[in-house]
Amino acid sequence: MRWMWIDSIVEFVADKRLSAIKNVSLAEEYLHDHFPATDAVEALPVLPASLIIEGMAQTAGILVGSARQFRERVILAKISLARLDCEVFPGQTVRYDATLERIDSAGAATAGVVSRLGPISLQWEPIGRIDLMFSHLDEATAGMELPKHNFVFGKNLDVILRTAGLENLKRGS
Amino acid sequence: MTREEIFESVRKVLEEALGVDEDEVTPEASLTGDLEAESIDFLDIVFRLEKTFGTPEKSFKIEQGELFPENLMENPEWISDSKFTEAGMAMLRQRMPHVDFSAFESDRDVNKVAELITVQSIVDFVDRKLAA
Repeated sequence: MRWMWIDSIVEFVADKRLSAIKNVSLAEEYLHDHFPATDAVEALPVLPASLIIEGMAQTAGILVGSARQFRERVILAKISLARLDCEVFPGQTVRYDATLERIDSAGAATAGVVSRLGPISLQWEPIGRIDLMFSHLDEATAGMELPKHNFVFGKNLDVILRTAGLENLKRGS
Repeated sequence: MTREEIFESVRKVLEEALGVDEDEVTPEASLTGDLEAESIDFLDIVFRLEKTFGTPEKSFKIEQGELFPENLMENPEWISDSKFTEAGMAMLRQRMPHVDFSAFESDRDVNKVAELITVQSIVDFVDRKLAA
C-alpha cells in the first residue's frame, strides 16, 4: 500500500462526516528519522505533523469524494487551519473526524478534529484541529488535458472501502 | 444589519480565509493585489460568507460566479487587444454590480479585472444580497 496514512474507516455518515484511524507502530521506518538520536539528545520517534495533516486530508478527501460517488478528482487545495497541541507517539492510535461543511461543483470545505488514544489510558484525547479546502480538479482545470482515469481515487481506496464494508459507495449505491 | 456590522463580519471572514491581519483589511484593499488571494481562496471566502450571513430562517446561498464572476473572456466581442470593449464593460457592470468600475474605465486591461474586487466590493455584495 503506497502513501496511505489511514488504516481504516471507523464511522461514515453519507454527505456529513467520516472518521478514520491510524495505528502508529515503531516498525514504521520514517519514525527512526523523525527524530533520530544525536550526540546531544536521545531519539524521539513521533508521527510528523505533516503526515497527520495528510491523514486528515485522506479522511476528508474520501468524505468529499463519496459525496459524488468518486467521479470527481478531488485534490487538496488549501490547509485553512492546522493546530496540533500534542505529539503522537508509537503505540498510540490517531483518529481523524472529518465533517463536510460545504460542497459545490468547484470544491468543498471540511472541518476536522484530530484525537489520539493511548495504549494504557484507552481514552480518546482531542489534540488538534485541521480544516481543509478541496478542489474538484476537472472544474478547476477546464480546458486542460488530464489523464482519463481517476488517479485520485485508485486501488488503494478500494481496499480501505472494502475493509470498512463501504465498497458500494464507489458504485453510487 | 448595518454596513459597519457587515464590514466587521467581512473583515473577520477575510482574516480567517487569507491569514491576514485585521489592519490589512481596509475597505480599499484589493483581494488579489493587496491581500494576495488566490483562486481557491475565492471558494473559501464564498463558503465562509454563506456560513456567516446565513441564518436558520434565511439561507445566504452564493451561486458559483455570483461574487467572483467567471468566464469573463468567453465572448470575443467583449475583448480587443487585451482590453474590454464597450460591450465587455457593459457585461462587467451587469455581472458585477458590487464593483466600482469608475477608475477602470480608462484602463480596461483584462489582466487587472481581478484586482477590482476590494473589501468594499464584498461589503456591497453582502449588503445588496441581504436587502434582496
